[in-house]
Amino acid sequence: MTPILEIHDLKKSFGAVEALRGAELICPAGEVTALVGDNGAGKSTLIRCITGVHPPDAGTIAFKGAPTHFTSPTEARAVGIETVYQDLALVEDLTVWQNMYLNRELKRGIGPFRWLDRRRMIAETHAKLSRLLVNMPPVRAKVRRLSGGQRQSISIGRAASWGSALVIMDEPTAALGLRERGAVETLIGNLRGEGIAQLVISHDLEQVMRISDSVWVMRAGRTIAHWRTQEVDRTRIVAAIAGGQV
Amino acid sequence: MTNRVGVMLRDPGFWGDNAALIGLVVIGAVFSVLTPFFLTWANISDLLVSASILLVLATAQQFSIVTGGIDLSIAANLPWAAVVFGLAYNGGVGMPVSIIAAILAGTLVGVVNGLVIAKLKVNDFIATLGMLGVMNGVALIVSGGQSFAVNSHFLQSLALGSIGPIRYFYLIAILIAVGAHLLFTHTAFGTHVLATGGNRDAARNMGIPTDRMKIAVYVIDGALVGLAAILLVARTGGSDPSLQTSQLLTSIASVVLGGSSLFGGRAAVLGTVAGALVLTTLLNGFTLLQVSEYYQPMAVGIVVIAAAVLSRLQK
Repeated sequence: MTPILEIHDLKKSFGAVEALRGAELICPAGEVTALVGDNGAGKSTLIRCITGVHPPDAGTIAFKGAPTHFTSPTEARAVGIETVYQDLALVEDLTVWQNMYLNRELKRGIGPFRWLDRRRMIAETHAKLSRLLVNMPPVRAKVRRLSGGQRQSISIGRAASWGSALVIMDEPTAALGLRERGAVETLIGNLRGEGIAQLVISHDLEQVMRISDSVWVMRAGRTIAHWRTQEVDRTRIVAAIAGGQV
Repeated sequence: MTNRVGVMLRDPGFWGDNAALIGLVVIGAVFSVLTPFFLTWANISDLLVSASILLVLATAQQFSIVTGGIDLSIAANLPWAAVVFGLAYNGGVGMPVSIIAAILAGTLVGVVNGLVIAKLKVNDFIATLGMLGVMNGVALIVSGGQSFAVNSHFLQSLALGSIGPIRYFYLIAILIAVGAHLLFTHTAFGTHVLATGGNRDAARNMGIPTDRMKIAVYVIDGALVGLAAILLVARTGGSDPSLQTSQLLTSIASVVLGGSSLFGGRAAVLGTVAGALVLTTLLNGFTLLQVSEYYQPMAVGIVVIAAAVLSRLQK
């Protein structure tokens, strides 16, 4: 089956700095792909190339088998690539359902008299999130009142809810306590069943071993190793990240 | 049920959220005890009439404050639009055209505010402070620095007429406030404005054109100031180009009293209405009790600070 995302020999320089010198990555549908590497290895640049923030200098990005050249995050989002930013892109003074439907509001009425269909948005937010979330917050609550894990879950749930093919998560549990981290990992596991490709950047290798199907290691702008997660152990990943024998 | 009311009353957040409304009830109760003239329909109706212009201005101010901005130019935009209105009507273009001219004059100031803030990335406070000076000058130049009478049957009936016991004057103000409330709670546009004020980066990430939202709120703000100018001319019978500083300060005070955050993201339009009514009620009650008008600004200031302290209880 064609993977959702396939990246080959991607290169990107900023002036004299070669941030990417040949990155490879494959994200199949229904799988969690982990992207690991030291700070400055090129993970963030790679993500920004995928989401259209930076145009790559050379190499190919294929989305569902077709080569793509996104020039803005809006274009990437239009075909179903959603990114969960580290700041989560939630508005604290709005409710869960308002955030869920932010800029995708359901309306009723005609012409200039189009009102928000609040009842339907509230019901559907509940339906969508309660299927995925372990610790479901009240959908009418303002995000300000929620815990860090609930916020993270809502942000991920929102990204996964809009017909997305690929959800990219940058350190999704870095700021969370143990129990909340567990809830977010469960959510990631639940999303696997929805057939969405998930790309997770994580420094937590225990977590990578727990949640991912494959691991890709970057170092100095290159993809230097990748394995099926079940065929590798932590020591070999650490060695690859640090620059020892692969 | 009584238990739930008890829980609600013990929650400090309830008192903070509804500070203006509670203040209005308390102040109203105190004045009704002190003077038999306060709680009569004639007095309440007078009170609402004198609150009307402030209500429209505070609603206008609410739009800029909800995006984390502030509109200082109101103090000059109001007399500028009033002068345009008066000159247009006295120039013989007729009432409908004059009304449109006044609203356009106010809107124009809003457009400039919005463009300077959104496109030139000038801080809201500075941009509108600049426009305060510019429009003050323009109003003085256009009018020759003189106030002049505007005599119109239509304006008289606008100021004095009523549908049954309801005066047109505050009917307009109430409709504007209700409209603003519905805009924020029941439209996508209102939600996008709130998101822009609450977390601009998040709003932008979700594809909301935050610059356009910022311009839009200042345009609405300006148009409402134009409308307030028509009410002002109807009430005073003339156009006066001088700065309306006290209207500016009470409009900001009303919004703050109403519980909207100056950092943006929260629109408490009904709170703002209560805030404007609290400030007007204070003046009304003092007048009835024949307290010297010199005490009035002091009382207003104390109430604003007290409300700010109350709203800290929300946290």
